[in-house]
Amino acid sequence: MRTIEVVDLTKYYGSFLAVNGVSFEVKKGEIFGFLGPNGAGKTTTVRTITGVLRPSSGEIRVLSYNILDEREKIKARERMGIVPEMANPYVDLTAMQNLKLMGELYGMERRGIEKRSIELLKLFDLYEKRNVKVRAFSKGMRQRLILAMAMISDPELLILDEPTSGLDVISARLIKDVIREEKRKGKTIFMTTHNMVDANELCERIGIIREGRLIAIDTPEKLKQLVKGSVSVEVSFEPMKLEPSSLSSAIRVELTGDKARIFTNDPDATIRELVHYAESNNLRIVSLRTLSPSLEDVFIKLVGDGND
Amino acid sequence: MIEMLKRSFAIAKKDMHIFYLKGPVVIMGLIFPFFLFLAFMIGRNLSGGHLFVGLTAMTAFFTSTAVGPTIIPWECRGRTFERLITSPVSLTTVLLGDLQASLYFGLAITFTIAVPAMLYLSIHPSIVVFLLSTILAVGCFSAMTVLMSSYPPTDIPADVMMLSSLVKFSLLFISGIFVPIENLPAYGRWISFISPLTYYVDALRHSLGGGYLPVWLDLGMLIIFALAFFLTGSWVHRRVLERRFT
Ligand SMILES: Nc1ncnc2c1ncn2[C@@H]1O[C@H](COP(=O)(O)OP(=O)(O)OP(=O)(O)O)[C@@H](O)[C@H]1O
Ligand SMILES: [Mg+2]
Repeated sequence: MRTIEVVDLTKYYGSFLAVNGVSFEVKKGEIFGFLGPNGAGKTTTVRTITGVLRPSSGEIRVLSYNILDEREKIKARERMGIVPEMANPYVDLTAMQNLKLMGELYGMERRGIEKRSIELLKLFDLYEKRNVKVRAFSKGMRQRLILAMAMISDPELLILDEPTSGLDVISARLIKDVIREEKRKGKTIFMTTHNMVDANELCERIGIIREGRLIAIDTPEKLKQLVKGSVSVEVSFEPMKLEPSSLSSAIRVELTGDKARIFTNDPDATIRELVHYAESNNLRIVSLRTLSPSLEDVFIKLVGDGND
Repeated sequence: MIEMLKRSFAIAKKDMHIFYLKGPVVIMGLIFPFFLFLAFMIGRNLSGGHLFVGLTAMTAFFTSTAVGPTIIPWECRGRTFERLITSPVSLTTVLLGDLQASLYFGLAITFTIAVPAMLYLSIHPSIVVFLLSTILAVGCFSAMTVLMSSYPPTDIPADVMMLSSLVKFSLLFISGIFVPIENLPAYGRWISFISPLTYYVDALRHSLGGGYLPVWLDLGMLIIFALAFFLTGSWVHRRVLERRFT
């Protein structure tokens, strides 16, 4: 079951090629993360999927509707919730009024809007402020409201362009919890982000885009396997001293402050060597741990210095 | 279709909530026509009917065009526009909602000014002609704001406001309010025919038993202008939509 299907999507702004032959699909019920440096083409891709921008070429199907067809586009939108990049609620309306407006735009009936709004306001910890104009809301509160607005009709697909960017830990966590809960209820989520930790925690599959091209698409763990040799062992001795040449299994050793980080292809051998080294030099082991590559390592390796 | 009207009404409600409370709107929509009207009246010995036509026409014209041109630039500026057009409504529905906001505001203010003026000046216009022409005219001017807001695709409301004021004033002076069209030289009359306001002024004069063109032509032209404004406005909006997302 495919919820989003993008085939050979290309988008030019004038003569500038922003998205170049991107193809991917998002399966029903998964959280798909779209990752890339600034200016990579994430928002452009999102906007073609939501039907704000017309692609220069390519096909886009959402919930089996052809987004390039005006009528089908509106049908698809009835069933999806959208958080555009840096979108705002109406600051001259209250939280409740913003939700009501969205409910009406989704063609819901008054009773249903009321009930769902209260539910969402409570979920996003905004209930106390429901009758306050959004002008007085903090950034985190606005972003929570924006997500609540996208969820007013309990849509089966959520498209979120950087839902957690610039938020404090509490707001970001709340939003991530909601996203996870939606997924548990069987909803599909397509989200863009810069935040590797979020992507790693939330997404089942990740697409990495760079300069308009999709350069990798896989599960976070499989992507991590792409970066070989970046498994490392971190050790701290007391007193701290380490002779790099005494470790035959090390590829590279970084000494930083009271720690050493040893990159290796064989963590098992490295740990044995370190323990042996400590014994023969009469050192106390303060800490010892293995570090697997982070998604950030993958990202940096794949994207390199390709930032705009 | 009904669903579309319902949703456009939701948009109109939102517009009225938000935009009719902004300062420039009050100035352009209410205070401005008031001073224009003073300028129009003072030092001239005008009949009650003449005053009524001038006041009503200017009020209708300025109130119904006060907000419309700036709604979409405001939305872009406030970063609410993408949210709005990614909801399950077409661009036409959005524009129809914005048009309705102008329409309701225009009608409400025009009637609250025109009816007391009627009583005060003790004139008795033909109610049918007055009502029909006012509704059509306010609709027509509201549709004009759809066109005015379409180009340039800017997110600076002041820019649009300036341009649209320029157009509005040009139209005001060629529309037979200050000088009745039958007193204009032939070329002046031709120029006045490009302004929709001309036909409303003429229809109002008909309601008082005057008028220059046949009344059916006045009403017909208001309808034609309204349709032309809305259709070209929506067309231009559609064309420049992508340029609003930069
Ligand atoms: N309307 C536009 N006109 C011209 N160029 C544009 C326009 N919108 C985006 N671009 C360019 O297209 C490229 C992709 O932009 P896009 O906004 O999709 O990137 P992004 O991946 O979302 O970046 P960010 O992480 O900063 O949000 C950028 O180089 C940008 O400068
Ligand atoms: Mg972006």
